[in-house]
Amino acid sequence: MKKPYSNTKATLALAKASFRSIMRSPSAVVFTLAFPLIFILVFGFLGGGGVKVDLAIAPGSDVQNPIIGALEKIAVVRLVKDQNAAEVKTNLEKGHLDAVISVQKNPAGLPAFIADVKYTSASMDKGNILKSILNNLLYSLNTQNVKPTVAQIKESTVTGRIYRTIDFILPGQLGFSLLSTGVFGTAFVFFSLRQTLVIKRFFATPVKRSSIVIGEGLARIGFALIGALFIILVGHFFFHFTLIHGTITVLNMLVLAAIGVIVFMGFGFVVSGLAKSESTIPPISNIITLPQFLLSGTFFSINAFPSWLQPISRALPLTYLNDAMRKVAFEGAGLWDVKHQILIMLIWGLGIYAVAVKVFKWE
Amino acid sequence: MDKRNAIISVKDLVKTYDDFTAVQGISFEVYEHEIFGLLGPNGAGKTTTLEIIETLREKTSGEITVNGLSVDKDAGQIKQIIGVQLQAAGYYPSLNLVELMELFSGLYGVDIKPMEMLEKVNLQDKAKAKYKALSGGQKQRFSIATTLINSPKIIFLDEPTTGLDPQARRNLWDLITEIRNGGTTVVITTHYMDEAEQLCDRVAFVEHGKVIALDSPDNLIDNLVSSGFERKKEVKKANLEDVFIHLTGQQWREG
Repeated sequence: MKKPYSNTKATLALAKASFRSIMRSPSAVVFTLAFPLIFILVFGFLGGGGVKVDLAIAPGSDVQNPIIGALEKIAVVRLVKDQNAAEVKTNLEKGHLDAVISVQKNPAGLPAFIADVKYTSASMDKGNILKSILNNLLYSLNTQNVKPTVAQIKESTVTGRIYRTIDFILPGQLGFSLLSTGVFGTAFVFFSLRQTLVIKRFFATPVKRSSIVIGEGLARIGFALIGALFIILVGHFFFHFTLIHGTITVLNMLVLAAIGVIVFMGFGFVVSGLAKSESTIPPISNIITLPQFLLSGTFFSINAFPSWLQPISRALPLTYLNDAMRKVAFEGAGLWDVKHQILIMLIWGLGIYAVAVKVFKWE
Repeated sequence: MDKRNAIISVKDLVKTYDDFTAVQGISFEVYEHEIFGLLGPNGAGKTTTLEIIETLREKTSGEITVNGLSVDKDAGQIKQIIGVQLQAAGYYPSLNLVELMELFSGLYGVDIKPMEMLEKVNLQDKAKAKYKALSGGQKQRFSIATTLINSPKIIFLDEPTTGLDPQARRNLWDLITEIRNGGTTVVITTHYMDEAEQLCDRVAFVEHGKVIALDSPDNLIDNLVSSGFERKKEVKKANLEDVFIHLTGQQWREG
């Protein structure tokens, strides 16, 4: 009679409808684009400074001397000159200042100056940095025109790629964006389609269940990849995010993003099946996303975590996505080089979809 | 109309849930090109019966054929020749009516012009509106438009006029009659007996999961009258709804 029914056509019609709907949903756009971009902005402007030691010059200190002169040239040291004795004291106690220095001419002659340095227990680590800076500084001041008797240090620096904060933060934010689109987006959409009987109406048409899932999935992956591309490009052009092999690196990142969002959508399917009402979706989703957000190296390197926490971090899928993203973007690794990370994500995917098939509800 | 072919045949349909029996042995036939009404109180099993015929629900036992196709084996084919309006169904969020029409044409695998479909139910002015923003009557008309996309042989309407004002209700009756006149068989459920009397060629009364009467509205009324039944109050030539329509105007309004 008529031409045969086309599942592809039905799937694509669904993908198109779903994509339109996602683009018009404020929460999807906020979670996928706005949040990660805000974090990138904040860290993009914060980052790059490195360590700074705040060293106050005590009121009444001599300032026309080679020690202060040399300290002014050291980038790590920020000299604070405009605080009175009382302010210096309280700021030292609070750790806002890392040390105070007072230099006086020596009335006894030699050495010409006496530098009196006071550290604070509120900031011992920066105090130690300052201590070694001062030792180094005084050594070179004292040994001017003197030949070393034991050994002389010859220093040089290898020119490497500058690893900026953005190179660490952006892949993490990208992973977070994919995680929230995958989990929250999928969970809410399938729950509400089920609840409002949209899916039931679909079932009254010849469409297959697989077409519904695939159509929704295509739309979400498409949306997530557009979001990812946008984040990468903003990072690259505004914050000098490193993309070693240019377009190839971007494409590799997008492949990783697609794998990531597919795995995370599995969590979304599980949540939509478990949730009893609309209001239980955010808490359940947060149980899945928050630990990964905090423990998967989104903001801090996992190596900074206490050793008992690291195995937990290394069990989470987002950890591997972040790891792979950073390797690809900054080290220029190909997809084959991060096969280990991809494999672990795929194992997570298999596991979570096995659970999803069990708990997912159509009506 | 002559003695007609049965396009739907339901035989001894039973549907049991864990703790109760929703349908216990319903049998009836729906003829081609008629408007067939399933009437009965809430919980009588009307919607369950309808959804089993629509292949949305599994039956426990019984035999059902739709246009010669068995609901057990040919669910996919049945779905291609029927149009279904569900009680309180929702539509994809954030899409306008034209976009929803495009979606359904994809789901049914047919090429239609969304605007033409909307014109059929007089919603062309609302093409860019979201489903949520429509009035009750407009929502029902849109739902009916989605049932017509695949030019179905049969459409199922589950309580399409519930909650509508008299004008919107009469407007919908006209639309349904028009669809039937176009050659489509209509199966409808309703709580309103005046509606069934006006609209349906034949009705089946369903109570506690059983068909307790099945005939044309005229015959059913005649039978009751001939059994000696009399209304307590003498029937006037008009009723209050006629007064309402007379006072507020024939055209339906949407607000």
